[in-house]
Amino acid sequence: MWSAVIEFITFREPNIRFVVLGSIFMGISAALVGSFAYLRKQALVGDTVSHSVLPGICIAFLCIGTKNTPILLLGAFIAGWLSLLAVDWLIHQTKIKPDSANAVALSTFFGLGVFLLTIIQHTGNAAQTGLDKFIFGNAAALLKNDVWLFLGLALCTIVLVSIFFKHFALLSFDRQFAVSIGYPVKALEVLLTSLTVIAIVCGIQAMGVVLVASLLIAPAVAARFWCYNLKKMLVVACSIGALGGYVGAFISYLAPAMPSGPWIVVALFFIALASFIGAPQKGIWARFRLGQNNKRRVQEENILKYIYSAQEDGLIKEYTITPQCLAELRNNKTLEAIEPYKRLCRKNLAIQKGSAYQLTSKGIEYAKRMVKVHRLWELYLAHYLHLPPDHVHEDAESIEHIITPEIEKQLIQLLDNPSTDPHGKDIPY
Amino acid sequence: MILQVENPVVEVHDLTVAYQKKPVLWSIDFTLPAGNIIGIIGPNGAGKSTLLKAIMGIIPLASGQIRLWNFPIKDVRKRVSYVPQRESVDWDFPASVKEVVLMGRYPKLSLFQRPTKKDHEIVKQCLAQVEMLEYENRQIGQLSGGQQQRVFLARALAQEAELYFMDEPFAGVDMASEAAIIKLLHQMRAQGKTIVVVHHDLQTAYEYFDWILLINQRLIASGPKEKIFTPELLQATYGGKLTTLTKIGELLKKKSFSSRKDG
Repeated sequence: MWSAVIEFITFREPNIRFVVLGSIFMGISAALVGSFAYLRKQALVGDTVSHSVLPGICIAFLCIGTKNTPILLLGAFIAGWLSLLAVDWLIHQTKIKPDSANAVALSTFFGLGVFLLTIIQHTGNAAQTGLDKFIFGNAAALLKNDVWLFLGLALCTIVLVSIFFKHFALLSFDRQFAVSIGYPVKALEVLLTSLTVIAIVCGIQAMGVVLVASLLIAPAVAARFWCYNLKKMLVVACSIGALGGYVGAFISYLAPAMPSGPWIVVALFFIALASFIGAPQKGIWARFRLGQNNKRRVQEENILKYIYSAQEDGLIKEYTITPQCLAELRNNKTLEAIEPYKRLCRKNLAIQKGSAYQLTSKGIEYAKRMVKVHRLWELYLAHYLHLPPDHVHEDAESIEHIITPEIEKQLIQLLDNPSTDPHGKDIPY
Repeated sequence: MILQVENPVVEVHDLTVAYQKKPVLWSIDFTLPAGNIIGIIGPNGAGKSTLLKAIMGIIPLASGQIRLWNFPIKDVRKRVSYVPQRESVDWDFPASVKEVVLMGRYPKLSLFQRPTKKDHEIVKQCLAQVEMLEYENRQIGQLSGGQQQRVFLARALAQEAELYFMDEPFAGVDMASEAAIIKLLHQMRAQGKTIVVVHHDLQTAYEYFDWILLINQRLIASGPKEKIFTPELLQATYGGKLTTLTKIGELLKKKSFSSRKDG
């Protein structure tokens, strides 16, 4: 086992080199065109094409009687395009909606493919062995000549996408504008679709027709979580695609009996999952942290504000109070928890004095601002939304935490430097 | 009340546009003068956006002819700029403000050409003109509706065209953006440019435009705003669709009958 792993990683065998190279380039070209399909909201198209190439392969095989890869792929390419034309025709000539049209084409073509495959398997033609590998894929079955072909096609795709990058980007973002500046949009769409079909056709050997669509879409989806720039997104998606291809080749080498397609999909799934969770800003974890931080900040700001108000009302002296007293004063048990007070101390907004806490001068400034924006917002609601004074407090309780200095300035301007809030309390400046 | 002009910038002759055989614009015929801010006004579903798309060659014509400076659109695309409706694109697209505005320079770039320093400078100027320069590196998805609209306008400015078609630039924008857009339109007019704007708000139309086109499936009026803003013409535009026209349209669609050469 380990010797096989080392043998694979060190590329000692020329055959391994080819398989790895072919798989990686397949992954890259699929991820590249898949990213555009994803951005154009045509993720389903990949699925339709990949399932639909099967009858093409079978018919090509029936015509020539041998497993000549270029001919089989040509058959696949034609069948893939036909399926897209069928979808287009269904949408325009019948009242079928695009998603249903895709489903109809996909299932019909795939059904026909499996039907033909079964017939071929019963002909007794010895050359047909391995044809069923096209369903779930087997990267290790790549022959040297095939690899050259895939490599060539993948390179062509990469070169064409680089040349037409501007065009494809604009087409994906704003098709109408692309038409309006005179881009040959129809021709560009045919080119992009052809590249998509080619990428799928190249991928079926390693991925199989059932799963190859995931090689198009999964890298794009994962990359979108990390990137906010199209070029970067394409680079990341291609890297993920390449990794997927590498994993596929690796598994195929270690366990030739196992189809490589499912392994690649599982690897891509984990990359995508890691992106959903771990990506900065958009990821689930980042959003969870943001929510947590907000909750903590609200707690802290409320405490500051309550202490300030208590001092203002003459209930306490020198901004000093114990959590228990504050909880009693506000009739709010949750204020007894001491963690928020500790955090205030760490931020130098308060200091501990025995069991009590005292605001520092920095803390008082902060608290004063909270009270100010709270009262400004109350006043704004009373003025502009015509809310009565007893309806404005609840709303201000939450809004005060998100008012930026910019909005604060705007409020002061709009309300013309007000001195008191709707309850008649002074607004501290 | 359809006034024709001498040496028109835009000439639309007997235009009919149909969606799935059902005409949405019937025999539209008008000419537009240069150097004006022109409003296309009408209720929802009147075919205002359709008219712009037909002029830009984005949708096919059922019949009729459109000429800009007496040329077909395909010969003068570099002199014309189109601002689509803001909602027509997905603002979640991975691009920054700067990158979107740079798209306005694409028509000037050949296949292998990359944007030059000058292109980037023009992008900056255009962003400054719509008061969006400070947002140049922002993700477009993070902008407000009005800001997104201003980005679209900056992209149009970057095209350095003479004739502008804008689809609902005032729809759903905040007051600051609206003021910025109006200021911009006035500057453009002062430079001799012609701006055709689709607009649905009757309240502001009189204030914004020099020349007004009233449409509701058919052309009701075209002329200087003083002559167009009459109760009769507005009533004709907003008083509902013509029942017979609508019925015939439905019939054409149902029987799959081609009204014109569209086939």
